[in-house]
Amino acid sequence: MISLKKNIAVSESGFVFNPTTGDSFSLNGVGTDILKLMKDGKSEAEIKSTVRTWYDVDQDTFDKDYYDFLKMLGQYKLLDAE
Amino acid sequence: MKKQLTIAVTGLNNIDSPGPGVPVIRALRDSEEFDVRIIGLSYEALEPGIYMHDVVDHVYQIPFPKSGTEVIYSRIAYINSLENIDVLIPNFDAELFNFIKLADRMEKELNIKTFLPTVEQFEARHKVNLEEFGEKHGLLVPKSKMIFSTAEVPKLAQDFTYPVVVKGQFYDAHIAYNQEQVATYFNKIAAKWGLPIVIQQFVYGTEVNIVALGDGEGNMVGAVPMRKQYITDKGKAWAGVSLDDEGLLNEAKSMIASSKWRGGMELEYIKTSDDEYYLLEINPRFPAWVYLAVGCGQNLPEALVKLALGETVENFTDYEIGKMFIRYSWDLIVNMKEFEEISTTGELGTSSKKRAS
Repeated sequence: MISLKKNIAVSESGFVFNPTTGDSFSLNGVGTDILKLMKDGKSEAEIKSTVRTWYDVDQDTFDKDYYDFLKMLGQYKLLDAE
Repeated sequence: MKKQLTIAVTGLNNIDSPGPGVPVIRALRDSEEFDVRIIGLSYEALEPGIYMHDVVDHVYQIPFPKSGTEVIYSRIAYINSLENIDVLIPNFDAELFNFIKLADRMEKELNIKTFLPTVEQFEARHKVNLEEFGEKHGLLVPKSKMIFSTAEVPKLAQDFTYPVVVKGQFYDAHIAYNQEQVATYFNKIAAKWGLPIVIQQFVYGTEVNIVALGDGEGNMVGAVPMRKQYITDKGKAWAGVSLDDEGLLNEAKSMIASSKWRGGMELEYIKTSDDEYYLLEINPRFPAWVYLAVGCGQNLPEALVKLALGETVENFTDYEIGKMFIRYSWDLIVNMKEFEEISTTGELGTSSKKRAS
């Protein structure tokens, strides 16, 4: 299961801080929602279904953007290596 | 009641390549155990710390390091006869050798205490000896070589792959991508800081730094890792953030345990994408960003003073992660009379008024 590193801080405003590298990021609303769900330990299926109930988006578009987003999180070393 | 101490501090050049004097003083003024009177020791009349009267109580000019230990000792003895200094904290690499040499004599004859690395530690960590230091203490250090002439530049390609870092023996570093750039930086740095020039293999990764204090017995009293967030064109941190980096803390801990480092220090590393730490430099004194450690809950300069006084110091076990420092510049408005006083009499501050009354 892809998960967010435990020490990554995500604020209500969508500000993300990685205390190991010192990197910080600003997310938009959708990104913030996804990261919060990941931080709550939700599975990929739960994240997808929850976000799709909050936003008017078709499955294919959401999947494409979701995997792009995950790839970006991985590049920035915000994900656990499991 | 707080203990009254008179502490002499150098490094008042709070400029774009700042000395650590002013942040060290701020740390000491924050002490909950000491009530400090600060004696600033300056080299030039335009060091901003001289004119920061809420930071420094009295300033004395001291001779440049190249004047030699006897001349410096005489000046310190004179200042001590007026100020009765308890502890002296030198903050410049270039002056440390003299103060390390004078430390025993200052303590015996003047009752001034210091807490400095040994001459052996100071020399061993020198940029030109760093690779050997790394081998001895089990640390990863990029390959490096001293050169004394630009005639040696073409042969570098046999031992190094470009880019390389061209460094002065005390200060300055530039990344060079070809022979021509090495030669240009060689001449530039040699003209300012002299020879030799150190060529170091460039390592790709993120620069991370750590400020630490060793007790001389192999114990790390405290340490705070930091990553620079904003770097000036001189390569200095203008903003930084404290990190949760266990690997970096372990690097510092094992380096201090192995070398029995005595005193404050800054370790500069490159962390690679494979989480390997390459040691780039050991600065044998606190860095100019040491006040971040105070902000994170570790008053390392205060702990250094306690060690200098022979007091027991508990290890710091924690610090605040994600705390930032942001430097700023501030124009001090100074009367010409003050500039005149420091320039002509070599001192400025409250002591002369006290002596006159």
